[in-house]
Amino acid sequence: MTKARPYLLQAAIIGAVLLALYGLASVVAAKMRALGVEPGFGFLWQRAGFDIGDRLIAFDAADTYGRAFLVGLLNTVRVALVAIVASVLLGGLVGLGQLSRNPLVAKLSEAHVEIFRNVPLLLQVLIVYVLLIGRLPLPHEAWQLGPDIWLSKSGLAIPWPVLTETGWLLDHPLLGRFTFTGGAVLTPEFMAVAVALTLYTSAYIAETVRGAVQSVPHAQSEAALAMGLSEVQTLRHVVVPQALRSMIPPLANQLLNLIKNSSLAVAVGYPDLVAVADTTLTQSGHAVECIAIIMAVYLFLSLLTAALMSAWHGRLLRQQAGGRI
Amino acid sequence: MKKYLRPGNFLIAAVLAWAGWLLFDWAVLQAVFRPDAAACHALQGNGACWGVVTEKFRVILFGRYPLDQQWRPLVALLLMFGLLGASAMPRCHGKRLFTAWGVGLLLVLLLLKGGLFGLDNVDTPRWGGLPLTLLLTLFGLGGAFPLAVLLALGRNGRLPVLRSLCTTFIEIIRGVPLVAVLFMAAFMFPLFMPKGWEFPALLRVLVGIILFAAAYMAEVIRGGLLAISRGQHEAAQALGLSYWQVQLTVVLPQTLRNVLPSLMNSAIALFKDTSLVIIVGLFELTGALGLAVDGDPKWRAFALDGYLFIAFIYWLGCFAMSRYSRALERLI
Amino acid sequence: MRKLLPSLLLSIATLCVALPAHAGKTVDAIRARGQLACGVSTGVAGFSAADSKGEWRGMDVDVCRALAAAVLKDPTKVRWSPLTSQQRFTALQSGEIDILSRNTTWTLGRDAGQGLVYAGYVFIDGQGFLVHKRSGVTSAKQLNGAEICVQTGTTTERNLAEYARANKIQFKTLMFENLRAVLKAFFSGRCQAFTADASALASIRANDSGKPEDYVVLPDRISKEPLGPVVRRGDEDWFSIVRWTVFALLEAEERGITQANVDLIRDSTSDPAVMRLLGVSEDVGKPLALDKEWVYRMIKAVGNYGEIFERNVGPNSLLQLPRGINALPRDGGVMYSPPLR
Ligand SMILES: N[C@@H](CCC(=O)N[C@@H](CS)C(=O)NCC(=O)O)C(=O)O
Repeated sequence: MTKARPYLLQAAIIGAVLLALYGLASVVAAKMRALGVEPGFGFLWQRAGFDIGDRLIAFDAADTYGRAFLVGLLNTVRVALVAIVASVLLGGLVGLGQLSRNPLVAKLSEAHVEIFRNVPLLLQVLIVYVLLIGRLPLPHEAWQLGPDIWLSKSGLAIPWPVLTETGWLLDHPLLGRFTFTGGAVLTPEFMAVAVALTLYTSAYIAETVRGAVQSVPHAQSEAALAMGLSEVQTLRHVVVPQALRSMIPPLANQLLNLIKNSSLAVAVGYPDLVAVADTTLTQSGHAVECIAIIMAVYLFLSLLTAALMSAWHGRLLRQQAGGRI
Repeated sequence: MKKYLRPGNFLIAAVLAWAGWLLFDWAVLQAVFRPDAAACHALQGNGACWGVVTEKFRVILFGRYPLDQQWRPLVALLLMFGLLGASAMPRCHGKRLFTAWGVGLLLVLLLLKGGLFGLDNVDTPRWGGLPLTLLLTLFGLGGAFPLAVLLALGRNGRLPVLRSLCTTFIEIIRGVPLVAVLFMAAFMFPLFMPKGWEFPALLRVLVGIILFAAAYMAEVIRGGLLAISRGQHEAAQALGLSYWQVQLTVVLPQTLRNVLPSLMNSAIALFKDTSLVIIVGLFELTGALGLAVDGDPKWRAFALDGYLFIAFIYWLGCFAMSRYSRALERLI
Repeated sequence: MRKLLPSLLLSIATLCVALPAHAGKTVDAIRARGQLACGVSTGVAGFSAADSKGEWRGMDVDVCRALAAAVLKDPTKVRWSPLTSQQRFTALQSGEIDILSRNTTWTLGRDAGQGLVYAGYVFIDGQGFLVHKRSGVTSAKQLNGAEICVQTGTTTERNLAEYARANKIQFKTLMFENLRAVLKAFFSGRCQAFTADASALASIRANDSGKPEDYVVLPDRISKEPLGPVVRRGDEDWFSIVRWTVFALLEAEERGITQANVDLIRDSTSDPAVMRLLGVSEDVGKPLALDKEWVYRMIKAVGNYGEIFERNVGPNSLLQLPRGINALPRDGGVMYSPPLR
């Protein structure tokens, strides 16, 4: 056993890994060239040639693949944000509900967790989607949910403000020959992904919340109650602040999972980042680059979420430490 | 203490009972169990159409596997259930169980693939349904576990280069969705392969699943490794044991026992995740259902009932596993 | 550890060396395997679809059967790989299949740019629209503003975008990644039209709608879609076999040789061209490294081109497609075969 061995071994590992990566890269590049595809990201500036129906920014077939990716990314972010807010609210409620002294509420909350946690998310997305497109009425027989709010197989049509020359105007959905135009439309694909993500993630968040609340010593809330605080006050001033602290790291994990899970949108044709990449990679033949883009974007989103959550955690710890002085 | 005997609660209970009754009425009393599409249509949504399951159960369970050979996936399925059942009973644990798993899984492969002992050859693209779901889960776990142990040891180890490599791998995989890994398996692996090498989609996808699951399991195992006190390492080393001897005889056995419940969670996650392989064109349980109903005009309208049925199958599997893992937790 | 490293290096080295080396001839691989690996669709009845017994049927399927009869002397020796639009080219490029015979359009980009080469066409088609009758739509231009379902990974999504631009109309495109997802969406009313090859739409209307009388394929054809078998570039021998298989099927129709009368004709004919084709006199298999009777076996197995057409998609089949442009030149079509001599 010489001292040099670990170094040699490590050098060999580095060498092997570099060699393997180089080998793979050159093999892949050679194969792609043989298939008539020039490796590299230049294709992002080529004309995409396909349309994307559901989008937040203007896009048509004359735009580039790069812009198509942007449209996909925005769709991913949109559905993830909606689901994050909804699942945190729902998960929080259900989590507290599990601890309720009311056995009915507690059992119902538990049932929520056990049902939605134990069915694959993909299946939940498909079920919600089939339910929506199967049971909702055709656009011409749309259900009116409010002034200018219509729900049909084409989605939820709502008024939406648009900027015109004369200033902000509310654009109202109108029934055209086929479907609604104007306003904004939340498509069934979007709703299926958002609802299923919310239900699935809320079950996990509920468990996190329950665990965190249970980790606050019982004696504390009893003391607070004895001091004359109401149950709600006790929760708000004694339990939640402490639970929050231990809850944030696992919550961050759940939110990261949610963002990654939004990629299941591809199963129902919601044009998220992965769906756009999927179309692009078959159209352009740039499989490696497209998959690299997907990975890079999700890694970035993950890091971003993790950083935001840990900043929040840090602030909370500091605030609470400060508050105690 | 009898706080819940308030009038408000009676109201909730009544509402719940009513909702429960409606559900029961829909799912059982009004439901059509016969494979009779006309009767199902006549329900107009007032009852469940389990007839779609009765009619299509062979496709749902076995996907595109040749009809006249379906006893083979059935036997394979029972074999896997048997092995799982035996593993759940502590009294069966031991070396024999290990051998049984090895032999059993080989038998499963042989049964499904055939080509030997007079069994017709059935290519992997035709495998499907529940046996494929279980196969992906079991082989996924079996492949991911050793890799996860190596990754965890590497990330905790003494060699900085190896440590950072393992960390990079784990964090990259954990940062991206499984769908991305599956796309990699479907579209990128063929580019890595020498021309003319036959590397069926099933195998590619399995490799993808193993890489993915290993990264998550590695973190679970690493957590367990960190919990083992340094004192033990040092004591073992003082006895003159080598690195691998220490790991294999002292550290790993304790770690694995401690993290078993968390590993069960990884197993549940993997079981659920196998449903994603439909995205790259393999027809496990979820895909097989789509195969059975989406393309059939007669039954397409009752896809929902079919989905609910397989959701129930998944639910049973996950629920059983999570209960078992809780029981384990208490044992340990 | 010490053993692992060298073996790791070795395997990487082999990987690098093994790759540029060209794989053997496709025909040899097929013979060695004893099976033709044929890529088909996941189910477009009339072209390629598995029936209730799991038996594959359709025009594209018959092309593979004919090839198996020619090369392996047994039309049943085929391994079918159902592929979605997206998977098909990867499967061919990676060598998973020997031939892609699956309603796939011949385009310049695919033929020259992707390491593939088309061996001809077996059905000339155009892109159309399937709509529900209740919509009252009678031409594609009236679909302005409609939600349109398409399957990704096809020529269709681009044609649709171009058609909209050229006609200054707008569609809301809904893209799905497999055919069953599109069917589910379209037939539950999620979109007002489904666009694809008109022949595929006829097939879907007849087989997958449940109520063909409720749906119409609009008369517009917005693109050219010559569908034909594709092979990998770089193996001319295999390419020639596939190409001349299609020609031989056409030639047989031209000469009036059918599945039913092929034996009789072979025994009684004195027409030199027919004798040559069926391997009675000269050996037309030789330039392809096949035997004398390859055409005979093909006709015996699947019939001539006209029979294949009639059986699978013709006026008396479920699809009820007219022969139209897919007829022989003497009947006003373009299905022309060069002389087999
Ligand atoms: N001819 C077009 C379209 C071919 C195509 O894939 N059509 C779809 C829509 S009908 C299809 O056949 N799908 C069947 C499947 O994915 O298995 C092309 O080559 O791109």
